[in-house]
Amino acid sequence: MKEVRIFERPRSMADVTTHYCPGCTHGIAHRLVAEVIDELGIQETTVGVAPVGCAVFIYNYIDTDMYEAAHGRGPAVATACKRIRPDLTVFTYQGDGDLASIGLAEVAHAANRGENITVIFINNAIYGMTGGQMAPTTLLGQKATTCPLGREAKVNGYPMRVAEMLATLAAPGYIARVSVAKPKFILEAKKAVRKAFETQIAGKGFSLVEILSTCPTNWGMLPVEATDWLVEKMIPFYPLGEFKVPE
Amino acid sequence: MYLWMAKGRVKVFEGRCKSCGLCVAACPMKVLRISERINDKGYRPAEQFKEGCIACKMCAVTCPDVAIEVFRIDEV
Ligand SMILES: Cc1ncc(C[n+]2csc(CCOP(=O)(O)OP(=O)(O)O)c2C)c(N)n1
Ligand code: SF4
Ligand code: SF4
Ligand code: SF4
Ligand SMILES: [Mg+2]
Repeated sequence: MKEVRIFERPRSMADVTTHYCPGCTHGIAHRLVAEVIDELGIQETTVGVAPVGCAVFIYNYIDTDMYEAAHGRGPAVATACKRIRPDLTVFTYQGDGDLASIGLAEVAHAANRGENITVIFINNAIYGMTGGQMAPTTLLGQKATTCPLGREAKVNGYPMRVAEMLATLAAPGYIARVSVAKPKFILEAKKAVRKAFETQIAGKGFSLVEILSTCPTNWGMLPVEATDWLVEKMIPFYPLGEFKVPE
Repeated sequence: MYLWMAKGRVKVFEGRCKSCGLCVAACPMKVLRISERINDKGYRPAEQFKEGCIACKMCAVTCPDVAIEVFRIDEV
């Protein structure tokens, strides 16, 4: 009888405990990025850009070189890094408050310029870090501290579909939306993260993967309930799939 | 249902587990549960409590804390 280890911590994922709440799927998204970095053999030549948001400490968890950008400015920092050192693989990791509110201009213009960077965009429909305020991605009817009765289109506008919006631009190479709510979605998410990094390595321009993710704490749900809520409520509004693929 | 099933087992790094239960929900063979023990962070870690693991990795794939390793057991 012989035992073969078939799943272990990726090398590019630091061997530390994260600060995330129990069941928060940020950790799954981190692991997928680390697995792809390992598979592509680019740990020594990758630079990440951390956001402001719950993922601010990603520089302690992904074992590559890392910057910390001002709130929402990840794509601008990544642009500079990649233009100076095109030999490096450069990615940002950003929440929906970071990317879709305060940083919407930076990501939209980086995408429109076709900067050869990869953006990992965590859409959890809320501002997690600051205690559950409404994000541009909060669903209609969803409660947040700044819309305690639920988001209302007339007052708060409609939730924003970032992947589709950026896919209307000419320059981006790869844009997809995936989810990390259940194992079958996680396996698909991994493929998209890999394609995004491969798009950059092939020099095919801007790539972005929007990852639907849970925030059990600010959604006020148990972790498993949160994954069910994501599947039932978020996926119908935020369809999964590829919106742009390299030619 | 399965023509051929691998045999496996999982190792839970109890100190890393936050008792979220995502692995328990993901396991198709229902061989995982939240234990009665308490780890040094105050969480009750997940455990494999019976045989029947098919080494499908679903628990590890869904663990946000990378607290699970999966082993396949080969009969040779
Ligand atoms: C310039 C600036 N404005 C506002 C804040 C407060 N702030 C910190 S994190 C955050 C949003 C976090 O939400 P998100 O980006 O969705 O990340 P999550 O925590 O949900 O992963 C805000 C508004 C800040 N730190 N800096
Ligand atoms: S507040 Fe939400 S996004 Fe932040 S760590 Fe907790 S569950 Fe995750
Ligand atoms: S590897 Fe599969 S069968 Fe084994 S414990 Fe994990 S989820 Fe269950
Ligand atoms: S998924 Fe990971 S952290 Fe959550 S209960 Fe299972 S082993 Fe623990
Ligand atoms: Mg958020």
